[in-house]
Amino acid sequence: MYDFTPLTKWIDASLHNAMSPFWTTIVEMLIVGVLILLFYALIGLFLVYAERKVCAFMQNRLGPNRVGPFGMFQTIADLIKLLFVELVPIKNADKFLFNLAPFIVITASFMAIAAIPFAKGLHAIDLNIGVFYVIAVSAMGVIGVLLAGWSSNNKYSLIGAMRSGAQIVSYELSVGLSLITIVVLAGSMQLSEIVEAQSTGWFIFKGHIPAFIAFVIFLISSTAETNRGPFDLAEAESELTAGYHTEYSGIKFAFFFLAEYMNMFIVASIAATIFLGGWMPFHVGHWDGFNGVMDFIPPFIWYIVKTFFVVFLMMWFKWTFPRLRIDQLLTLEWKYLLPINLVNVLVMAFIVLMGWHF
Amino acid sequence: MEETIEEIIDESQEYVINMGPQHPSTHGVLRLVVSLKGEIVKNVEPHIGYVHRGIEKMCESITYPQIIHLTDRMDYLSAHINNEAVCLNVEKALEIDTPDRVKVIRTIMSELTRIQSHQLFWATFGMDLGGLTCFFYGLRDREKVLDIFEETCGSRMIVSYNCPGGLMYDIHPNFQKRVKDFIKYFRKILPEYDQLLTGNVIFQERTRGIGKLSLEDAISYGVTGPSGRASGFSCDVRKHEPYSAYDRVRFNEVLFNEGDTFHRYLVRVEEMRESMNIIDQLIDNIPEGPFAVKMKPVIKLPEGEYYQRVETARGELGVYIISDGGKNPYRIKFRSPCFSNLSVLNLISRDFKIADLVAIGGSLDLVIPDIDR
Repeated sequence: MYDFTPLTKWIDASLHNAMSPFWTTIVEMLIVGVLILLFYALIGLFLVYAERKVCAFMQNRLGPNRVGPFGMFQTIADLIKLLFVELVPIKNADKFLFNLAPFIVITASFMAIAAIPFAKGLHAIDLNIGVFYVIAVSAMGVIGVLLAGWSSNNKYSLIGAMRSGAQIVSYELSVGLSLITIVVLAGSMQLSEIVEAQSTGWFIFKGHIPAFIAFVIFLISSTAETNRGPFDLAEAESELTAGYHTEYSGIKFAFFFLAEYMNMFIVASIAATIFLGGWMPFHVGHWDGFNGVMDFIPPFIWYIVKTFFVVFLMMWFKWTFPRLRIDQLLTLEWKYLLPINLVNVLVMAFIVLMGWHF
Repeated sequence: MEETIEEIIDESQEYVINMGPQHPSTHGVLRLVVSLKGEIVKNVEPHIGYVHRGIEKMCESITYPQIIHLTDRMDYLSAHINNEAVCLNVEKALEIDTPDRVKVIRTIMSELTRIQSHQLFWATFGMDLGGLTCFFYGLRDREKVLDIFEETCGSRMIVSYNCPGGLMYDIHPNFQKRVKDFIKYFRKILPEYDQLLTGNVIFQERTRGIGKLSLEDAISYGVTGPSGRASGFSCDVRKHEPYSAYDRVRFNEVLFNEGDTFHRYLVRVEEMRESMNIIDQLIDNIPEGPFAVKMKPVIKLPEGEYYQRVETARGELGVYIISDGGKNPYRIKFRSPCFSNLSVLNLISRDFKIADLVAIGGSLDLVIPDIDR
């Protein structure tokens, strides 16, 4: 098994030898911050490229194929363009809130990534309430969306922001409850422990039917929470032109754009971590040879593969389904998902109590 | 009759948004002034005229063969059928009987036009509801029809293939084979359309029961074409007043009684099937003969009034010509289907959500240059 703990311990120890504890903390924070920022930017760029390729694949097109091999540098070219493009000043906008909103959105998604374990011993911060932290932080983004819609002084933006507010606040419940179902099974909120608990089998296989139901509900409600199709009512192109970020241009628009993709990545990694065993390799009962081969694949690869599997599922939804209407969206949550979820948590608690899980 | 928008705002604290003239889902330069209460549409005021080119006035100073090229620019998705309407009217006025070959080819081309128009409707309707993939599927198959047009007419969309007395030129030798290939291909593809959109639960939830148009309203507003037939208004000119070769083919007039958005959509999908049936009956027996009647170099219509109606992909197109015996019409009037169809938008989309307004507008299948002319 690959374990990153010795590596991080060694870096920590050598830094301690070189400088005072205060400076060690500062340098470590810098290293972690820069690494995560880099990872964030790279994944963001890659996701935009992946989405365009997947979407092209679904739609009988080729997708970007001019800049670089297979058009891989297309998103980088786009990013450079967005960096240099003019920021259109908006008349009568609330300047302070208007400029603040994209930062809130991107900070929320940036903070959530800190708690995710990429491999054994490879996470920025291992909170004992990891699941709770991720839910709390990812819900912060809605403030940015609401501010953006309000401060733009545009009716389309406002409608989009209000829809988004109603939507995210509602679906937050389902996300939380479906994660709690697994927390009940794992007996811990610490993400690293949840992953460790899956060394004998992923929770989606271990947790009977309730775990599977929770996984499906999590997929639906996290798609809604990230404002992606078929729940992309907040930006509903054909109705509201672009919803809450209609008035944004240049790099501020890029922030919203990147945050949307990173939110998708984050919910996909949470799904991978909690339901699909995170960085744990795939093991089958007593097939020792098979298990050995699976162990040989590095945990980071496992994590990335699982995450991108979920990301692909979410892209598949988006490019297949038409969009829901706002009342149907709320009906789906409050009349179907939430009651199912509550019953599901009870059933899971009963199963754990009786010790019926595998 | 109705209060102005300003009065409504004062009473009920509604707010007004401007959809268009630049908006993704108005399909062109239609401007809808929508007053909303929350998300609920209270009033829709269409403002038209952004692509008004004065086609009817222009027609008064040009000759009949030239008019045909202007009619292409009205409903550009049924260009061929618009041409046919003018040609039939001129032929009726001159009492010319076109050869059978012309009639059959015109019918086949009309039905191909109808298919490609409905394909584009399907594509954009899916896009209006947020299913972006539909757009590419629809356009992919539409290309195949346009390729057939390109080969025979030399142009893809604005075909101008008709002229008074017949056709501009004969069909391409490949025409029959390509049409047959297309029908074979498209019969296999249509179920895919149903799988992607028609059968989708979200799609049905979004469209069923939305924007109901009653039979009475359809008749009194003059809503024709697929939008009218979805309300049970039997208004198919091909059936009631057959022109060209429609009297020698068998086809069903697709009729539904529900009149909601879903059935307006369904009529069009079914019509694609019917159009293929019509082409199937005709494509193997295109009669031999001349492709046009020899006409005088300058066409002058005898003094009088002439009216001819045809069924375009959107409804009934009427061409009304008043001639004073000269080479130009004294006055010409087009009864365009989209203008009448647009007039029910306010009636049927009131008290629905703004997302439904987009769906209803899409299901009426408006082509804005046809409204403005």
